[in-house]
Amino acid sequence: MKDKQMTKTINGIAAPLPLANVDTDVIMPKRFLITITREGLGDGTFADLRFDTAGGQRQEFVLNKAPWTQASILVVGDNFGCGSSREHAVWGLRQLGIDACIGTSFAGIFYDNARKNGLALPVVSPATRDALLQFANDARAGEILIDLEKRTISAGKLSEPFEMDDATQTSLIRGRDDTLDSLDYAGAIRDFEARLNNEMRIRVFK
Amino acid sequence: MSRTLYDKLVDAHKVCDLPDGDMLIYVDFHIMNEYTSPQAFSGLDTKGLDVWRPEAHLAVVDHVNATRSSEPHDAASKLLIDNLEANCTKHGIAFYGLGDPRQGIEHVVVPEQGLVTPGMLIACGDSHTTTYGAYGALGFGIGTSEVEHVLATQTLRYKRMKSMRVMIDGATAPGVTAKDIIMKVVQVVGAGGANGYAVEFAGSAVRDLDMAGRMTVCNMAVELGARAALIAADDITERALQGHPHSGQFEFKNENWASDSEAVFDKEFTISGTDIEPLITWGTSPDQSVPITANVPISSDYLTPEAKAALGRSLQYMGLSEGQSAQSIKIDTAFIGSCTNSRIEDLREAAKILEGRHVATGVEAIVVPGSAMTRLKAEAEGLRAIFEAAGFEWRPEAGCSMCLAMNDDIAMDGERVASSTNRNFEGRQGRGARTHLMSPAMVAAAAVAGHLADVRDFK
Repeated sequence: MKDKQMTKTINGIAAPLPLANVDTDVIMPKRFLITITREGLGDGTFADLRFDTAGGQRQEFVLNKAPWTQASILVVGDNFGCGSSREHAVWGLRQLGIDACIGTSFAGIFYDNARKNGLALPVVSPATRDALLQFANDARAGEILIDLEKRTISAGKLSEPFEMDDATQTSLIRGRDDTLDSLDYAGAIRDFEARLNNEMRIRVFK
Repeated sequence: MSRTLYDKLVDAHKVCDLPDGDMLIYVDFHIMNEYTSPQAFSGLDTKGLDVWRPEAHLAVVDHVNATRSSEPHDAASKLLIDNLEANCTKHGIAFYGLGDPRQGIEHVVVPEQGLVTPGMLIACGDSHTTTYGAYGALGFGIGTSEVEHVLATQTLRYKRMKSMRVMIDGATAPGVTAKDIIMKVVQVVGAGGANGYAVEFAGSAVRDLDMAGRMTVCNMAVELGARAALIAADDITERALQGHPHSGQFEFKNENWASDSEAVFDKEFTISGTDIEPLITWGTSPDQSVPITANVPISSDYLTPEAKAALGRSLQYMGLSEGQSAQSIKIDTAFIGSCTNSRIEDLREAAKILEGRHVATGVEAIVVPGSAMTRLKAEAEGLRAIFEAAGFEWRPEAGCSMCLAMNDDIAMDGERVASSTNRNFEGRQGRGARTHLMSPAMVAAAAVAGHLADVRDFK
């Protein structure tokens, strides 16, 4: 199970979600967090934006309108994914069919959680983000293509670079399991521990 | 070569570089709660992995438990709590469950137990793990996949961040607390202003804070996007290490845990401590705050159409008008609690305001001490009597409670809460609930006045 299929490109319809500081409480409200599995979170994703209190669809929310009901990419506002560390937010986005969020900046924990779950977060300049928002706003514009290897985004006539650190790029393309991969370094971890003196080895009372 | 405190901490914990550009860093101590760890344990099971070093972990129940009683309020929360206990029993991990005299909010419990010292690296599946920076320790929040990683390897994959220093010099005025200092920093740097940075707080206003205040500052540093927050260890830190169950058991004396005087930061901010006033948030992001003497912003305060639209959206959610005075905002509920402000020092500050006064008619006021030990100490000091005489409900159990409303403390649609917590996001305290962040003393003042009020008027 170590090697999954390589993902070199992501393409799909992009939905505009220009709000700044969309936090993980908004992405995954807490009533969906009382669970011991990763499953069943698709309905919870953006639940308060997608549904009214009676459970009916809010027609004004972009993901409830064609063609964005089919969106697999979001173009998002600054500082997307801020707040709580809950990985449920990323699990939920994936279960909703989202493969990438394009934005100018992401909160750190959200960024790392995304990588662990194959959610790409290309970072672009404010000008590129605004151009992509305009593209995504046009219901007839077509798909966006994200090339993870070349670190470029194509949308219509637009072709722009994005930023992504090497380790995240490698992880997304190769889809490896970080935990199992890191155990390849068990020897180095033991060597490090051997250098810790007794006072540097915490033992918590039960 | 001169190094920052952050660089020293990363260097001291680096196990090795990895070919893809990450490094492995060693986690001295890992804390878990019941809601971000279940899928990490099931990941271990699926992959057939053991816990690398069980005695370096601690699990605490705090997020979903009711604080009215030591019994879970429903079957779903009981499942999470029982699941954590079963996982800890199976893997030989220390567990502080409901009814345990050590139980409480994880970031209140850990210092109380003497489980943090300068120079440590602490990870936890909770974003407010930045709290431990108050001790000159590197603490940061992680997701559930990383919880699994640290359980299995005692390490994390890590990228060194950029460094930022926020210098706050000048004595703060009476009535201005650590909460106001960090709310001011969030306002100046912005809600995402420290994304990608480790932030060190320095200057006389920070050095003058006690450990509870320093923890409040580092705790909320995550609200400006900081993945780590740090304050150099000093004599105040050393004194705070004494007298706890684990005191003296660990020490990391392999470095001077302070930035070298010549260390260079990638970004610097300077804030005048003298100019900080008691603050309240009016919006739905922690950087949307104004002094209690001021008014809610107006559209012309903002330049771009996007910013004007964002103001309108926040005000609509919050049920406020442009330019409304902060002190005209009436509240339904007052909440004192959370990992930001539920320590004994916070309760003392609030009690000073409440002594000889009473909560306004129609206001529901709740105080949830941060831990069982904090509660007992507060009761012994007579604080409970003061809170109860003032009309506050004194909760018998500890937990996060209404900070994030994962238990049965859920604010109603439209309910307005003066809150000593850390996030005023839409829906944070309940769907449609309206949160105003402020210091615990300011919450007490608001509870008495029935509207947001200036703590300095309560002599």
